Amino acid sequence: MSGDVMLRLDNVVKHFPIRRGALVRRQIGAVRAVDGVSLEVRRGETLGLVGETGCGKSTLARCVTRLQPLTSGTVEFDGRDVSALSRRALRPLRREVQMIFQDPYGALNPRRRVGSIIGDPFAIHGIADGQERKRLVQDLMALVGLNPEHYNRFPADFSGGQRQRIGVARALALRPALVVCDEPVSALDVSIQAQILNLLSDLQQSLGLTYVFIAHDLSVVEHVSDRVAVMYLGRIVELADAGELYARPRHPYSAALLSAASIADLDMADRRERIVLTGDVPSPVAPPAGCHFHPRCPKAQAICVREAPKLVAREGDRSTHRTACHFPVVPGDDLTGGPASVGGAVDGGD
Amino acid sequence: MARFLIRRVLTGLLVVWLISVIVFGLFFVAPHNVAQLLLGKFAAQNQQLVQSVTHQLGLDQPIPVQYAHFLWRLLHGDLGYSYYSHQPVTTLIAQAFPVTASLALGAAVIWLVLGVFIGVLSATRPRSLLDRGATLFALAGLSVPTFVLGLLLLFVFFYQLHVAGVDLFPGSGYVPLTTNPGQWAMHLVLPWITLAVATMAVYVRLTRGQLVEVLGEDFIRTARAKGLREGRVVYRHGLRAALIPVVTQFGIDVGTLLGGVIVTEQVFGLNGLGRMSVQAVTNSDEPVIIAVVLLAAVFVVVANIVVDLLYAVLDPRIRLS
Amino acid sequence: MAAIDLGSLPALPAPPAIEGRGPWQLAWARLRRDRVAVTCAIFIAVLLLVALLAKPISVLAGYSPTDQDRVNGISPDGLPMPPSVHHWLGTDNLGRDLLVRIVYGSQVSLAVGVGAAVVAVLIGVIVGMCAGYLGPAVDSILARLMDVVLSFPFLLFAIALATVAGPSELLEIAVIAFFSWAAVGRIVRGQTLAIREKEYVEAARSLGAGPLRIMLVDVLPNLVAPVIVYTTLLIPVSIVFESTLSYLGVGIIPPTPSWGNMISDAQSYYQVAWWFLLFPGLALILTTLAFNLLGDSVRDALDPRG
Repeated sequence: MSGDVMLRLDNVVKHFPIRRGALVRRQIGAVRAVDGVSLEVRRGETLGLVGETGCGKSTLARCVTRLQPLTSGTVEFDGRDVSALSRRALRPLRREVQMIFQDPYGALNPRRRVGSIIGDPFAIHGIADGQERKRLVQDLMALVGLNPEHYNRFPADFSGGQRQRIGVARALALRPALVVCDEPVSALDVSIQAQILNLLSDLQQSLGLTYVFIAHDLSVVEHVSDRVAVMYLGRIVELADAGELYARPRHPYSAALLSAASIADLDMADRRERIVLTGDVPSPVAPPAGCHFHPRCPKAQAICVREAPKLVAREGDRSTHRTACHFPVVPGDDLTGGPASVGGAVDGGD
Repeated sequence: MARFLIRRVLTGLLVVWLISVIVFGLFFVAPHNVAQLLLGKFAAQNQQLVQSVTHQLGLDQPIPVQYAHFLWRLLHGDLGYSYYSHQPVTTLIAQAFPVTASLALGAAVIWLVLGVFIGVLSATRPRSLLDRGATLFALAGLSVPTFVLGLLLLFVFFYQLHVAGVDLFPGSGYVPLTTNPGQWAMHLVLPWITLAVATMAVYVRLTRGQLVEVLGEDFIRTARAKGLREGRVVYRHGLRAALIPVVTQFGIDVGTLLGGVIVTEQVFGLNGLGRMSVQAVTNSDEPVIIAVVLLAAVFVVVANIVVDLLYAVLDPRIRLS
Repeated sequence: MAAIDLGSLPALPAPPAIEGRGPWQLAWARLRRDRVAVTCAIFIAVLLLVALLAKPISVLAGYSPTDQDRVNGISPDGLPMPPSVHHWLGTDNLGRDLLVRIVYGSQVSLAVGVGAAVVAVLIGVIVGMCAGYLGPAVDSILARLMDVVLSFPFLLFAIALATVAGPSELLEIAVIAFFSWAAVGRIVRGQTLAIREKEYVEAARSLGAGPLRIMLVDVLPNLVAPVIVYTTLLIPVSIVFESTLSYLGVGIIPPTPSWGNMISDAQSYYQVAWWFLLFPGLALILTTLAFNLLGDSVRDALDPRG
């Protein structure tokens, strides 16, 4: 499972400026969507990326695929720095990094036939024409479980799950090495989700794909990922092997997320304690100082306001399990009490 | 709000300025000799006189210099003198504007009230005979060119009535409001109808379309579920939302018309800005043309700004930045 | 009751393959069912035919559009003659046959009407798409340009231009197109801005498609429906515009017949010659109405709603 590093993100930052002004537009602030993310993705693995809506996952996905320019930081793909390349220079990259989108209804142009949509990559990169292209497209359709005879139909003729398959076919046309899946099943019915997840898993095996899998549903991510990163307000707060994270979450936010995830075993679901986070996620325009999570954290202390914790392996953890927290969760912690009042008050340890 | 206003005003000034440049430039494309025009038959006899007048008017100077002079005078409120009638342009405009304003504003009231009214009736009874009739009427109104309608109205209500011995509507001319309100109105009835019919069609369609769309929205469904009377639902809740684009369209239309209603004035012999401008063009009367065009542009720009402001006020979802 | 042996029943024919009908086929079917649309389409087709066959028709009638018939075409007082067996629609003030003149006038109206509409839409779509898709820098320039053009007092400028350059059909097309494209452009720009935010455009970018390809392949197909509607609705507007210019004397000038200048001539005579005003006027009204109704039906067919 541990291949060489295919994708490396180093302190990627993406801010969206907010401008005001009548004649001259001055910048008065910024939406800090991605606030310093460093990650590695190894060849052949599936890296899951979880977080609530608005935490910056989608923005990060678009930074990785260079659909947007970065504010700062570097993105390295296969050792090459692609952070600042022009659109033209990025074209070759497009053949190796592809994306699957969330909305099966929005990701396909309703006025185009499905065969044309899937064949787009071949047309854009001048790979195949006419009958040859049609054959390739129909092979792809069969690969993802669609009937190749439906080549000339419009997206409206397909169900949500089928449309997502079309999106997968389109993404795989160029045989990319890395596929970024931006919430590929969030818009689908639960029964269909399983089908698509299985499809993605099969394809990974047969084609040797590497996935970055973004979702907000923890149980989905657990099912597909080798490693999981938890994201909050633009930062990665925890990164670990999937099993490890789900068994022993070290960041209070991860713990809270996990406690809210659906568990198939009803008895266990009844027995576990629910950690309820109070308050709303702060706006990414003015994230809290220090550790972004401190206003909602049951374990926060003065240092959490002053100093943002680094994403490193904490005491007692394996080197592959990194947590950005000054006071990681240990067994026996009671996290159900609501946020700790910070700003001087020092609760006696744990 | 102030920021928005400043930005729009500056843009508006830019637009008006650009138009002034274009109009000014247009005249140097056209082959004509102003001095000759002014001097009329004397020009042929006396070339020296032609040259001296040309020099006096500053017409032998390079174009950018002339433009600069023009701009300077403009900023001082001096619009020059008509080449044709030798009267100050400002006077001519002051005489013509009330005619145009009476025509435009009177028709505007008619088309707004009737157009919206029919549009509402149409929207609240979709697919009914009234609806289809109204739609047909609207389309017909759009399909009749103004001058054709005007002439037809003249034929029926002026000529035929005259033949029948009834002299109700005059064939042409304008009587100022201050002189004789009754006659003022009678002279304007046919022109008002002519102008209003074509535009009314647009408003019937617009109102109907908007209202139908609004009445299909969830908040209307909620209002009905709450038990409100249908009339209240339509008029208080639905109309308020639906009328926003109508109001903005109205502002723009009025602004455009205030600059001159060319065809209707021509048909009915009303000496408004429209008629004046057509005559000015055929006479190559440059100062008048420029003045009228700029005035019209200013009206349109101001109307646009007012409309944008109104839009922001009426629709709380719109933020001016 | 004996069990039915299913094997002995004759085989059912295979169910026909379900043919998916694309959005265009559905729209076309709707249009064909619309009786009003069909009537208008027939009228326009006939008009087109008449316009194309103007020469043969005039030969059949025995008059050219400029022939002055002093025998049957003018009354002893020098006034137009009413409809008669010699002149089915009557004559004008110079004794010219009205029917033939109206037929020739249709050439002008259709040529200029359709020509100007097509040119205006072409320019409007190109500019509008570029403004909407290519980013705020391009957009601010193009949008301002459209604002300026829309702020021009149309008719006045048209008159001025025509006075400067001399009347002709080509000039009319250019002038009308020049003032109409911005309205189309503005709407196209708005729609392009909306389409630009759609995920399938993002998907195309992620595949490596350049702006030109995206505009042609992803944006344009979604614009075709509104564009068709504007074109069909812009045609009657252009026809009216043309007739207005001719009426004011700055479009097509006599002796070449145009419905507009015929009506202008009729102004002085309508009191004694109602046919002189009515027939060209009717031609104008019916043609414009037909295009308007057709345009409305096309819009309904492409986007059916309440």
